[in-house]
Amino acid sequence: MLAEGHEVSCLDEDPEAHTRLEVGLDKGWEDLGGRFTVGTGLETDALIAAGIESADAFIAATNGDNTNIVIAQIAQKRYEVPTVIARILDPLRAEWYRQQGMHTICPTRVAIDMLESAVREGAAREAA
Amino acid sequence: MYVIVVGAGKVGWNLARELLEKNHEVTVIESNRRRYLTVEQELEHNVTYGDASELWVLERAGIERADLVIAVTGDDEDNMLICQVAREKYEVEQIIARVNNPRNKPHFDLLGVKPSVSATDLILRLLEHEVPEYGLVHLLDLQEEQLEIIEMLLGKDSGVTGRRVGDLSMPEGSLLISVLREGKGFVPNADTVLEEGDEVLAVLDPGREDDLKALFGPAVGGNGTG
Repeated sequence: MLAEGHEVSCLDEDPEAHTRLEVGLDKGWEDLGGRFTVGTGLETDALIAAGIESADAFIAATNGDNTNIVIAQIAQKRYEVPTVIARILDPLRAEWYRQQGMHTICPTRVAIDMLESAVREGAAREAA
Repeated sequence: MYVIVVGAGKVGWNLARELLEKNHEVTVIESNRRRYLTVEQELEHNVTYGDASELWVLERAGIERADLVIAVTGDDEDNMLICQVAREKYEVEQIIARVNNPRNKPHFDLLGVKPSVSATDLILRLLEHEVPEYGLVHLLDLQEEQLEIIEMLLGKDSGVTGRRVGDLSMPEGSLLISVLREGKGFVPNADTVLEEGDEVLAVLDPGREDDLKALFGPAVGGNGTG
């Protein structure tokens, strides 16, 4: 998204994550216009430092479902970010929160669907 | 009453004991296998193993017919979301959530998870109760002129909240000069009605402090100079 010219700000509790951002880039993350803040999504100060108050879109994609669901609601309800997306691995909860109006992405669901169609394709080829 | 307690730590386990003693039906949900096996020796079928963040675990515990869900794990996000789905998805009448980190309290409120209980808050409230609240603060002592200015915070049980300034019998040699309310100060007139949380400033002759404390402090019998 940075390459497309958007302004991108990352928040991570691990300072090392910054190194990962620069993998495959020929310039530094900041040199390309990116922002990076160290902190957790439950800390209001960290969210503000990362620029949540002026964000057009907010993505909660930590490795914890619960954290993502909580932060996404904070972004939606407290900071009124227009587009909020949460990564939720648990398909049941991803579905329920989607019904409650949250934009959710469930990687488990996506993987199941892809595996299923791969199996079906394989079986169809076998039969042919 | 059917109660689901999430988290079998010290709080959850003891809570379950108390509730069972009072003849309530209780299910404790614990996600740590070892902790579960320990607690199970005493609580037997009243404890179940699983991660209560997962909906099917809650359903297996019978959340649809629960009257009360208490989330007391050591993880604030877990407590928040368990109570949120309990109320909004399963329409549980009553929920109680534990706040581990008081800084997360606003998040509980934002998600509509009420009431939430924080041990830190409880201790603070106790402190406020035990430590005299109507301490009066000396702002200025004009020794030569024989005048002082003092400040007092009006507490919940102050005898003057809800009363007009004009109706107060201020002790002789004292004058109410200013009221600080919600961060703003103003000079009261006779029609100003005092509110809880107001900080009042008064100028007085030295030695009048006790009379003022009696007037602005907690209402006891016929309050002091009233």
